[in-house]
Amino acid sequence: MTLDDLTQTSGEWLKGIGPESDIVMCSRIRLARNFAEFPFTNRANRAEKAEIENHFKNAIATIEPKLDYIDVNALSTLDRQFLVERQIISRELAAGEGPRGAAVSREENIAIMVNEEDHLRIQYMLSGFRLQEVWDAINRLDDQLEEHLAFAFSPQLGYLTACPTNVGTGIRVGVLLHLPGLVHNKQIDKVFRALQKINLAVRGLYGEGTQASGDFYQISNQQTLGKSEPELIRILTDVVPQVLQYERGARNTLLTERREVLHDQVSRAYGVLKTAQTISSEETMLLLSAVRMGINLELIDDLSIATVNELFIQTQEAHLQKLRGSELGVEERNIARAAYLRSKLGAGRQSRH
Amino acid sequence: MKCDKCAKPATFHITDIIEKGKHRESHLCEEHARIHLSPTDETLDPPAISEIAKKLAQSVGAQSARSSASAADTIACPMCQITYLEFRNTGRLGCPHDYEVFRDELMPLLENIHGEPRHSGKVPRRAPRNTRQQTTLIQLRNELKRAIAAEDYEAAARLRDRIKGIELEQGR
Repeated sequence: MTLDDLTQTSGEWLKGIGPESDIVMCSRIRLARNFAEFPFTNRANRAEKAEIENHFKNAIATIEPKLDYIDVNALSTLDRQFLVERQIISRELAAGEGPRGAAVSREENIAIMVNEEDHLRIQYMLSGFRLQEVWDAINRLDDQLEEHLAFAFSPQLGYLTACPTNVGTGIRVGVLLHLPGLVHNKQIDKVFRALQKINLAVRGLYGEGTQASGDFYQISNQQTLGKSEPELIRILTDVVPQVLQYERGARNTLLTERREVLHDQVSRAYGVLKTAQTISSEETMLLLSAVRMGINLELIDDLSIATVNELFIQTQEAHLQKLRGSELGVEERNIARAAYLRSKLGAGRQSRH
Repeated sequence: MKCDKCAKPATFHITDIIEKGKHRESHLCEEHARIHLSPTDETLDPPAISEIAKKLAQSVGAQSARSSASAADTIACPMCQITYLEFRNTGRLGCPHDYEVFRDELMPLLENIHGEPRHSGKVPRRAPRNTRQQTTLIQLRNELKRAIAAEDYEAAARLRDRIKGIELEQGR
């Protein structure tokens, strides 16, 4: 698999399938793991990082499903950015140095980063609200890796990690939610404060420290020590349905009380995306969010959720440049973005599938 | 190098912090290292909720007192050479062994972050049998604590029997 192959496909997590996928874009779990016999990445020298990478590559040669290893150190800045946009690697890994990479499954459900903050950051994603399935899958994957690799573990503190905030289970259980209704009725901050009170973190689309864009928010656990993986998953599976209920309530209120205004907003957003000649990334995210909600409320009926989900990713900088096959400045990018949106949404597009 | 406790080769080199600024080096074989690192009976007992609350309050105070630099800052890990001061500045530890070296400093911090001081969850398959049992015990004790809090005495009795069973098996 090459990166150019990836430009032709999109991850399973964007397919818009699975329970509650009108609001839950995807369910995701990551596990932090470190090799017992090496210093953590920040203290490892180039030779040690190369050794870690080699151990890992040997281990994945034997596991199922088959994973392709991408040598991030050998990539251009643009290609690294491309992987960040796809949620395969973090910005931290992209900006790092020395031997490092990511192993990816064909469907992009699995992405294992090597030599990030921890030696391994194992990620598993599925579209829709399916945390239990994700846990079963990532747990099996972790078991397979453990047959070949000795992870740093202490009976009292569990899996040992570079940052004490991840020690114990090393697990981050999260869902990526689309919450335009709660943003619109300005209840979103109230919901977030409630979540923070029960120790859950709320972040934007691209993780720690990023602004929420396109009305997407990730909700995840913060505690990793003292509760088992199933207990931490249960916290999310108990709380998320309440957030979904609030979001649906907000959407229904909009529909019943301000149907024309809402329909107008959604239609205009769709119209702009279909016809614009130049458009910024921010405006695209904003309008795609309105269109996405419009489809879910049956105000738009000739567009699939999967297409819109993919557009959130494919209209980002590095994706546009990869598709064009050349580096583009801001203005050129805005023109390329508009052209791409017209090709996917405009009059001449292929019929819905 | 030979193990301090027997004739086997020492594969574990452990630094215990006795008190601030004072530490003791031990060189042990795998078996004695495990005994050395195992928590004592006292620390295995599930502390009552009020105890946790008290500890938490103390650790918050302790943290702020310590942040004005102390002898602990100069302790360096013999494996990765990181000092506690470096950890305080970067928020990142240097190697898995740091959790032992800086144990006294880290435990209040961990309780502060996570609210609980002990792992309850997955154990690697490679971990020795008694480690797995130990973690199972911790999980069962946590469940027991919750069962008692929920006044589910039937479940509590069952859990207590399972805990006793494992303890007997371990020959304690």
